Amino acid sequence: MKVLLSWLQEFAPGIDGDPVELGEKLSALGLAVEEMTITGQGLDGIVLAKVLELSPHPDADKIQIVQVDSGDGQPLQVCCGAFNMTVGDLIPFATVGTTMPNGMEIGVRKMRGQESNGMCCSATEIGLGDDSDGIMLLTDTADEALVGQPITTALGMESDVLYDLEVNANRPDAMSVAGVARDLAAVMGVPFSYPDYSVERTDEDATSVASVEIVDPELCGRFTARVLRNVTVGESPQWMQNRLIALGMRPINSVVDISNYVMLELGQPNHVFDLDTVPNGALTVRRATDGETLVTLDEAERTLVSRDGVITDNTDSPVSLAGVMGGLSTEVTDQTTNVLLEMAWWDPPSISRTVKRLNLPSEASTRFRRGADWGDNIDRAMDRFCQLIGESGATIASGQIEVAGTVPDVSPKPVRVAKINTLLGTELSAAEMTNHLESIGFEVEASGDDLSVGVPTWRWDVTTDHSHEFEANIAEEVGRMHGYEAIPKTVPKGEQAGHLSQYQHDRRLVRNILVGAGCDETQPMPFLAPGDLSNVGLSDDGVVLSNPLDASESVLRTSLLPGQLKSIAYNQSHRTPAPKLFELGTVFLTPELNDRHEMLPDEHEYLAVALAGDEAPAAVAILNLLGEALALPNVQVRSSDNLPGMHPTRSAEVVIAGRQRGMVGEVAPSVLRTFGVEGRVAWLQLDLTEILNGPHGKRSYRRVSKFPSSDMDLAFAVPDGVGADKVRNTINKAGGDLLVDLSLIDTYRGAGVDEGSRSLAYRLRFQAADRTLTDADTNEARAAIIAAVEKHTKGTLR
Amino acid sequence: MWGVELASLVERASAEISAASDLEALAEVERTFVGKKGELVGLKKTLGSLEPDERKAAGQALNEAMSSVAGEVSARRALLAASAEAEQLASERLDLTEVMDEVKRGHLHLVTQARDRLEDVFVGMGFTVAEGPEVESAWYNFEALNIPEWHPARGSFDTIFVDLGEPEQVMLRSHTSPVQIRTMENQKPPIYIVAPGRTFRTDTADATHLPAFNQIEGLVIDRGIGMGDLAGTIDSFVKAFFGHEVKTRLRPSYFPFTEPSAEFDISTPSGDWLELGGCGVVHPKVLENCGIDPEEWQGFAFGFGIDRLAVMRYQLDDIRELVNNDVRFLSQF
Repeated sequence: MKVLLSWLQEFAPGIDGDPVELGEKLSALGLAVEEMTITGQGLDGIVLAKVLELSPHPDADKIQIVQVDSGDGQPLQVCCGAFNMTVGDLIPFATVGTTMPNGMEIGVRKMRGQESNGMCCSATEIGLGDDSDGIMLLTDTADEALVGQPITTALGMESDVLYDLEVNANRPDAMSVAGVARDLAAVMGVPFSYPDYSVERTDEDATSVASVEIVDPELCGRFTARVLRNVTVGESPQWMQNRLIALGMRPINSVVDISNYVMLELGQPNHVFDLDTVPNGALTVRRATDGETLVTLDEAERTLVSRDGVITDNTDSPVSLAGVMGGLSTEVTDQTTNVLLEMAWWDPPSISRTVKRLNLPSEASTRFRRGADWGDNIDRAMDRFCQLIGESGATIASGQIEVAGTVPDVSPKPVRVAKINTLLGTELSAAEMTNHLESIGFEVEASGDDLSVGVPTWRWDVTTDHSHEFEANIAEEVGRMHGYEAIPKTVPKGEQAGHLSQYQHDRRLVRNILVGAGCDETQPMPFLAPGDLSNVGLSDDGVVLSNPLDASESVLRTSLLPGQLKSIAYNQSHRTPAPKLFELGTVFLTPELNDRHEMLPDEHEYLAVALAGDEAPAAVAILNLLGEALALPNVQVRSSDNLPGMHPTRSAEVVIAGRQRGMVGEVAPSVLRTFGVEGRVAWLQLDLTEILNGPHGKRSYRRVSKFPSSDMDLAFAVPDGVGADKVRNTINKAGGDLLVDLSLIDTYRGAGVDEGSRSLAYRLRFQAADRTLTDADTNEARAAIIAAVEKHTKGTLR
Repeated sequence: MWGVELASLVERASAEISAASDLEALAEVERTFVGKKGELVGLKKTLGSLEPDERKAAGQALNEAMSSVAGEVSARRALLAASAEAEQLASERLDLTEVMDEVKRGHLHLVTQARDRLEDVFVGMGFTVAEGPEVESAWYNFEALNIPEWHPARGSFDTIFVDLGEPEQVMLRSHTSPVQIRTMENQKPPIYIVAPGRTFRTDTADATHLPAFNQIEGLVIDRGIGMGDLAGTIDSFVKAFFGHEVKTRLRPSYFPFTEPSAEFDISTPSGDWLELGGCGVVHPKVLENCGIDPEEWQGFAFGFGIDRLAVMRYQLDDIRELVNNDVRFLSQF
């Protein structure tokens, strides 16, 4: 919502002072100033000019030659990059020597060899609107006799301050100049009042000309109408056009402009019917029936549903989509002389639903959705409309058609002073609260130590029959007027210590280990393109978005592999051939019903490690590092030739405590090719949700032995089909308590080892906790180990 | 005669010890004079040929001579060993600025770094860290937060919906506030939590927007909690996170799930105010939706973007760097 300082002052002349300070006061009221502009200044040198001739530039396509009359009646040549002018147009023109509001100096220049003696201006360039497409055309608004006069004189502009305010969705009242003025006047402690809008009325009685019936009182809380005769549809006065432009609306014609002006000024949307198109002037307000149609002002046929509100004529045909858009059949046209002026209050949820369903937002419906004023402001806006249209010769019938529906309950309700103070953290007295509330139109009565508060009709947002909500709403109003800045800052002292959960600690540990292992953390977005999942061998059953920004971002991932491969390909294409990456991210698995019977994807946190340029063992090494750090119980790497997206002979399931928790190995070459990745990629993906919520982290102390240890190397030829992990487990088991350390120190295939087997060499360390080992001890252990390996792994000692 | 021979032998031994230029030569000299078959040992055997009255004095003289030669050898050996070590060390000289095969560490993502720092500050203030799902139902994302289906605020969330069940009933969460509801449903007050996490809007990615971004949400429910506690908590957090000189202020605003509501700003070094996030006193209907009595309990909530803090801290000119995963970017932090 934009407001002009001069307009605010029409309601509260006391609103005055430094524009920046006034802006800060508005922000502190919750009407945040997004932009402040001083208008009508810095325009010295810009005059009204007339276009005399247009011709192509001989050497350039994107500029043309314009001859203008800038006041002396002589053609003056300028080059211009806009093509929206026609000969005879009146335009704002910056003469040579002018400094533009943005600081640019206008001089005599040559553009592609042609002299240019000034600049034709767009609305933006002179601060007269948002339109920067093309030159501002003033042909219809300015007087040709004023060519050569300063633009401020020609347009009747005065220096003013324009505030662009961010008005929150709960402030229907602040969607008007008067409403902003009321808030600001209250906090500044200056008087606020409405000007006199009274106007002469004819003897004709409006209620004998038109009538209204409300069938659904919940839809329409109040419907009023007046009859206007001798209406001429022409052009609005320049001052009105200037204000409309300043507030961001385009002048259309005198009737539409007054309608918009009254809405901006008083916040009351309104609608005009061509009275002669409404048989007997009879209107009915009801809900639509499903499938009913209406051609709206924009000439679109709308199919309605039973929740929409409509206004119908006496044939029961809809002539207007209530509160949202008028109908084409009753539109005011150039031929219109008799007008039925409607102002009503519509149920905000009803309007919201229709606007949303038909995607028909407008300045008017925005106000109805927030809850317009159903009180005296409707009569005031009626008066104002009539006064303004009366100035162009229209006559106003006496009386007003007035029908009541159900309006919100604004009767006084109890408010506890103590509750307001705890909500705010203040120690205000009942009297102070009363002053704050009364300054913005609330009606307050003392009720014992507490208050009884009535809500003004312009604050639909505050009305409620929920007592706690009402006190919270009132607390905000008291707080705004008291000033949030004046509330003392305190820090609550909770009794519990703050902490991270074990899961959150473990997650940080995982990250830190991977960083220590040289991997960079990535955070790709979780959206995949259709086909990404099948490209990594998974079923294409990822949950799909209804309104993706882009088709290539429409599927939620069930694996971190596509995202990591895309990241590797991106880095490889930017000359980082072997990035080592990891990610902790959410995957979205098959949806399940929750406690509320809602179908939501089963979300798991996965860890992915992708090591470009590395072979499978590098990923296993990372797994082992994590296994040790998290003390994962019984981590097994079970070779598998059918893991999705994985190299068939270089990948394995990761089994922890007997449950499959991920995969490790290398990505299949065909998958790498599909994603444009070069070389090998070692891959580890783990289900952290399962792993970190499952058993892990259990460690027990084993005293470090004081007795000497004894080392021994053993090499076995083991068939290729038997995993080294099986050999290791066998040795460990057979070695018993004396075997304190075991490591694989060499593998060998070739001469001396049978085809189909390989040699695995282990170093073993024996040590007893309570004595020095004898040769007999170690020989016994050695024999047991060899026997076990031969028996369980078909390995032979070499 | 015997005495002369001994004196000359000792003299010769001294000369050869001094002349030994390395440990090997010295060992040879040692063998020659005091080894088992050395000359001094040989002389010992001749003691028997002496007169008994001479024998005792000669034996004493021989022992002294042997001990003196052995002492000289050992002194010479220490000297030669020290010089050999010095030579060895001199030959091992390295230029420590010639470094290859550097140990590479990886890097935590900037957003993780910011999130961890935020969590640490709030943990220090007595909060625990709560988390929730990224796909939510309309109940958790909107309705329980007092945003009914017709509410104009619903449109302003630019929600990305998920194709599950009835239209617009399942969505990528458009804020972290659903975690408030899930926490209050499952935990009795007092509650002191922060909820960091990813959120989603239909914002086309550009230099300042991403459709997936990160927020952190705070929620306190306790007895008698109000706006003053909110203002104090935010001020205390901001001073811990941004520095003691940074000031905060609240401005009235509107959110359906808080009443009164506010935006909170922090002061910048240039003296301007920068809007950081939204906050307010938890709306009584939100409390009731979670089975908490608004007469007994009050609370506040606040929320703001994490990515923006990273962008501000390092003055990134394009927020898309956060999701490009270019190691040339990631490895800078």
